[in-house]
Amino acid sequence: MLNYTFDWSIVTSGQYFDWLLSGLITTLKLSAVSIVSAFMLGLLIAVMRMAHSKPVRWIALAYLEFFRNTPLLVQIFFWYFGSYKILPTFINDWLNATGFEFAAAAIALTIYTSAFIAEDLRSGVLSIPKEQMEAARSSGFSYLRSMQYIILPQAVRITIPPLVNQFLNLAKNSSLAMTIGVMEMTYQARQVESYTFKGFEAFTAATVVYLVLSIVITALVNLYNEKVLNVHKAA
Amino acid sequence: MIIFKGVHKWFKTLHVLNDINLHVTPGEVLVVCGPSGSGKSTLIRTVNQLEPISEGTLIVDGMDLSDKKTDINKLRAEVGFVFQQFNLYPHLSVINNITLAPIKIRNIPRKEAEEQAMVLLTRVGLAEKRDAYPLQLSGGQQQRVAIARGLAMKPRIMLFDEPTSALDPEMIGEVLEVMKDLARSGMTMVVVTHEMGFAREVAHRVVFMDYGVILEEAPPEDFFLRPQHERAQQFLRQLLTPMQSQ
Repeated sequence: MLNYTFDWSIVTSGQYFDWLLSGLITTLKLSAVSIVSAFMLGLLIAVMRMAHSKPVRWIALAYLEFFRNTPLLVQIFFWYFGSYKILPTFINDWLNATGFEFAAAAIALTIYTSAFIAEDLRSGVLSIPKEQMEAARSSGFSYLRSMQYIILPQAVRITIPPLVNQFLNLAKNSSLAMTIGVMEMTYQARQVESYTFKGFEAFTAATVVYLVLSIVITALVNLYNEKVLNVHKAA
Repeated sequence: MIIFKGVHKWFKTLHVLNDINLHVTPGEVLVVCGPSGSGKSTLIRTVNQLEPISEGTLIVDGMDLSDKKTDINKLRAEVGFVFQQFNLYPHLSVINNITLAPIKIRNIPRKEAEEQAMVLLTRVGLAEKRDAYPLQLSGGQQQRVAIARGLAMKPRIMLFDEPTSALDPEMIGEVLEVMKDLARSGMTMVVVTHEMGFAREVAHRVVFMDYGVILEEAPPEDFFLRPQHERAQQFLRQLLTPMQSQ
């Protein structure tokens, strides 16, 4: 260890830098796609979870319990190795055309994270006074429209801190996609290490990238938070 | 305009409305009063079905609420409701609180909805607050915005559920002024309130409730000067001399 010569140049320039950069771009794409879709799906599940119809509530609950309580890695393997046996051909064709590894990872990350987001959003909705729903309903809004215009906008603002956590988890969990061959940040760092035996440099670079990514996500959400939330905090 | 025929309402085993028969005519201002727990809030909340009735017939603006086929959202759009706690939408500015329902439910273009909202805001004396947020306003101001929000749907009936009970005394007057103005304009109004000055000045009829029963129904002058029912007499005594009654 004491005789080890650090060579940071391999991660800051040349071929290996390009690998890491392409890994970063894939990680960004995977995280962005999954965060957006996990949020939408989470909203849907949260609303279903509070629906009047019992079967709808049960479906949402089953979904939540199923995907929250199984390991993400197993889910990734399921979508990658298992799903094509049950999915219709045209979906498989589309998935193969768009890069099946990436799609399987995005689907797994989306579904897994949406379950957590749904529960966070639901607790946000429950914290909105029931009089808000009454006010909306008494104006003539249906239940779903009341949710859309009055309840959810308030609930999402309250839910921002736990949502940031879910987004960060998702961005970091995206590293598991390397196990099915998605050439994202961790995969590329591993490649660099295999070719150069410079594991310290390669994984330090990966660490810094994830750290910066997380800080950027936090900062962006906080910025939104301040711009939007503070107006109605002002008393 | 509003017809109650033999209406009952139970919360589990609690009989909150007991054989209510009441007829509100167009343009009438009806004040409902009574001790807390008398069922007066429940009564007014049944009119736009915030509380469904258990039994009987309730017809509002020609729509039968006991009929499952009645489009409840359509009915609610015709009936404005003002809450004790205002219940403005805290995430929306004053102007957006008022225009949300006209734009989304009546499909009125935003510009037109905003012009109409400004007319209403001017009427309640808050034109300069159009871009403020509800929590930046005093209680009295919030309630006046809530009234403007209710009026923005051009309702045929306005319901007020203790609109001044949550206000500091010095703000009650400004809200009552807006309501009196509305009453004089010919709006059909049902108002649950203990503001006897308001009742005397603009109500056509006062209904006194206790234990879910309408005990007395009279023009305000009769009700205040010659209350018939013993519980009404007791209630008025307590209201007029709150200190001694403790």
